[in-house]
Amino acid sequence: MRAVIAEDSVLLRVGLVKVLEMGGFQVVAEVGDAEALLAAVEEHQPELALVDVRMPPTFTDEGVRAAAVIRRGRPRTAVVLLSQYVEERYAADLLATNTSGVGYLLKQRVADVQDFAAAVRRVAEGGTALDPQVVAQLLLRRGDPLVALTPREREVLALMAEGRSNAGIAEALTVSESAVAKHINNIFAKLDLPVAEADHRRVLAVLRFLGASRG
Amino acid sequence: MTIPPRWGRLARRARRDTGFLITGVPLHLALVPVWAWGATTTARTGNWALALPVSLALVLSSVPVLTVAQRCRYRALLGVDIRRSAPVPQRRSPTTALRWLSSPRAWRQVGYHLLLGPLVALSELMVLVAAAVGLAGATGYGWVWTLPLGVRRDWFGWATLMPCYTVLGLILLSLLPWLAGVVARAESRSVAALLGPSRADRLRERVAYLAGSRTDLIEAVDAERRRIERDLHDGTQQRLVSLAVNLGLAMATRPDLPGEAHEVLAEAHLEAKAAIAELNDLVRGLHPAVLEDRGLDAALSGLAARVPLPVRLRVELPERAAPAVESVAYFVISEALANVTKHAGASRVEVTVRRVGTVLRVNVTDDGLGGADPSGGTGLSGLAKRVGSVDGIFRLSSPVGGPTTVTVELPCAR
Repeated sequence: MRAVIAEDSVLLRVGLVKVLEMGGFQVVAEVGDAEALLAAVEEHQPELALVDVRMPPTFTDEGVRAAAVIRRGRPRTAVVLLSQYVEERYAADLLATNTSGVGYLLKQRVADVQDFAAAVRRVAEGGTALDPQVVAQLLLRRGDPLVALTPREREVLALMAEGRSNAGIAEALTVSESAVAKHINNIFAKLDLPVAEADHRRVLAVLRFLGASRG
Repeated sequence: MTIPPRWGRLARRARRDTGFLITGVPLHLALVPVWAWGATTTARTGNWALALPVSLALVLSSVPVLTVAQRCRYRALLGVDIRRSAPVPQRRSPTTALRWLSSPRAWRQVGYHLLLGPLVALSELMVLVAAAVGLAGATGYGWVWTLPLGVRRDWFGWATLMPCYTVLGLILLSLLPWLAGVVARAESRSVAALLGPSRADRLRERVAYLAGSRTDLIEAVDAERRRIERDLHDGTQQRLVSLAVNLGLAMATRPDLPGEAHEVLAEAHLEAKAAIAELNDLVRGLHPAVLEDRGLDAALSGLAARVPLPVRLRVELPERAAPAVESVAYFVISEALANVTKHAGASRVEVTVRRVGTVLRVNVTDDGLGGADPSGGTGLSGLAKRVGSVDGIFRLSSPVGGPTTVTVELPCAR
């Protein structure tokens, strides 16, 4: 799979290229700002764009805006946003157009190279990867219905939002898969969501629910 | 023969003061004929309705002119600027004249020219007369010789009287610089008090200046925080992430390393990640980019989500506040949440931000132990100072046993 990287720190860009190559991607372009990113995506039509949120010239949300343009113009190109801090407002912008093929992760997650490579691959295949901190912020915003969730159910919901499977959640929480399934059923019941079958559809349902709560 | 410099200086000062006093006399007496005419005409005809308004109008209309003349005199002869008590109006119109008339500074000027002026002129004249008398006395002995011989011969006393006149005249002349200096200084002081800005004017000016410079300072501090945040973000934070990524890559690509080396690597990897998290927490408190970009509401989500306690966040802002206010509100909530996490032993926190009229009200309430003392830690007193810097109000209620509530009100009229 081919990938484009937009990151203004040259030092980190080198590391990102190595991590993506290790994860089986072919990096076709490395750029340092949003304009060059859009041009590179036009030219190479990659399966993945890995984008830093803060880039020249204003160093605020260039990456988020570029991601929205890419998602609208080229739905086949999945976008993973990287940032020093995650902001639910940016996540809401990112999820507003489409909730598949998007990811929003803290930069420090790249250090766990294998997990990161797996998350990016999942997004490139149409999945979702949200940083636990984004999920925490979205949950904070969601307020009332989530008050009904137990702390363990919140944890499970957060891991679901990250895009993990039942097995992945069970491994992360060191519980059995059937326990996870029970938690998930409880969550759906409490949030009044219909139980869906496929892994990521379930996540998307949660995300839509979280996203829809934003004004 | 050379004149010692001290004498030269004295002579120059005496000349300057004398010139200054001479020019003062007509200016200070200028209004005397006006009111004297008014008074005598009224007394003579018994009809005050004509003379009084006319002389009053003359006085009022000549006061600004005389003030300007005094200003010129001070600038030209003493090199002193009498500061204006108010800026010069852009153009003259009946309204500016009326506004001038109703201001206290107009009546201080009238008081100076009308009442104090004649007194000042009197003291100036006394100095000038003293100078003339002194000069006449000192040179009297010489003048006598110009008289015809017959007159001199008939005047017996002159030979004994004249030396006395000369001595007295010389004494008077030697006192003259001191006398002129005293009068000039007293006059300058009364002019500065009545024609210059009043104490209230000066205080008002000072307050405006201080308020302006404080705003500048706060903006400079904010800019500095932004700069530090940017520098850390672009430099150290990227370096640390890159370091952690490389350590992660080393572990992932060389799983065949001997156990000990792998352990060291794993340790370094963890340390690097912990350093990133710590630095992130620190830098996030400075001035997040999202605050500038999306406002207080958006920036607070990130802050609240980092607190290891359940936070209930309610933000009701119809529109964005001024950047300085947003920045202070963010700082206050960031510090208050840090305090709650560190000291309160709370199980939950509630943060509300609301616009009430022209005030932004921030409330941070926790259900912890209470008993927080602003004089104890630096955190709370720092908060109060930061709030005070934008004329805000800081209140802390923390009875022992809780709950603790920090209330901050920030003026945000735009």
